[in-house]
Amino acid sequence: MTLKEIVEGLGLRALTTHECEDRQVTGGYTSDLLSDVMANARPGNLWITLQIHQNIVAVARLKDLAGIVVVNGRRPDDETLRRADAERVAVLGTEDSAFRVSGRLHRLLGDS
Amino acid sequence: MAFDQGLSHRFEIKGGDFAKAGRVSLEVKEILHDLGIDPVIARRVAIVSYEAEMNVVMYATRGEMVLQLDPEAIRIVLEDEGPGIRDTEMAMREGYSTATEQMREMGFGAGMGLPNIKKNADRFELTSEVGKGTCCRIVIHLSPGGRA
Ligand SMILES: Nc1ncnc2c1ncn2[C@@H]1O[C@H](COP(=O)(O)OP(=O)(O)O)[C@@H](O)[C@H]1O
Ligand SMILES: [Mg+2]
Repeated sequence: MTLKEIVEGLGLRALTTHECEDRQVTGGYTSDLLSDVMANARPGNLWITLQIHQNIVAVARLKDLAGIVVVNGRRPDDETLRRADAERVAVLGTEDSAFRVSGRLHRLLGDS
Repeated sequence: MAFDQGLSHRFEIKGGDFAKAGRVSLEVKEILHDLGIDPVIARRVAIVSYEAEMNVVMYATRGEMVLQLDPEAIRIVLEDEGPGIRDTEMAMREGYSTATEQMREMGFGAGMGLPNIKKNADRFELTSEVGKGTCCRIVIHLSPGGRA
């Protein structure tokens, strides 16, 4: 399933002007620990987190993640979003909790 | 190709600079990508370089990373000036961390950094002198066909 289909399916808000909407999403990974994401997320995963500081961009790029979903209505500052755009990392927002959006993504993608 | 004779890059890392943290690892990733290094190997390098870089940012004053490539292996040597590590064996334990509350809130300080370097490296040597600094030596082998 493409990132665009997931953004539409889950009603996510695009916080970056990402051009990578036709990127295939291989699954999801939910964590707020950066080392855990570095160790265990897989390329093409959508990363679900409440972290909003600028270091999430480098982690997403280093791991070739499909994008970052920021939960609980949180929003990274403009500088972080600018950097995400520059690094071509899609950042998406949702009012959902991590639990809820993970569940909805799981339903959409199946057991990946 | 220059790479056949071996290739070396040097990067400076500033302690405490969370705004720039991760830049060196992104540069390393870019270099490996341009050389056509096997993505599976490049991903292991990304994990070890990021964790080593973040440790300098979090705990040291400054550091220098040297990335060396030859047809057999990728070598990373990261030497820093900083407080050093009193008990390197304890530091290597999963879950051990002296990260501040502020770092933990940012999602650092899981105590997984050094263990993950060890898991992803073919060789990992951690030496440290208290009050002086720490040195990480990491080797990741390129399998035959590990590059384009
Ligand atoms: N370069 C360094 N200089 C000083 N202390 C370090 C360094 N790298 C690691 N340490 C110590 O080792 C501990 C464990 O490191 P690590 O496994 O990366 O976990 P974390 O960074 O999450 O604490 C750190 O909390 C710190 O006390
Ligand atoms: Mg660490």
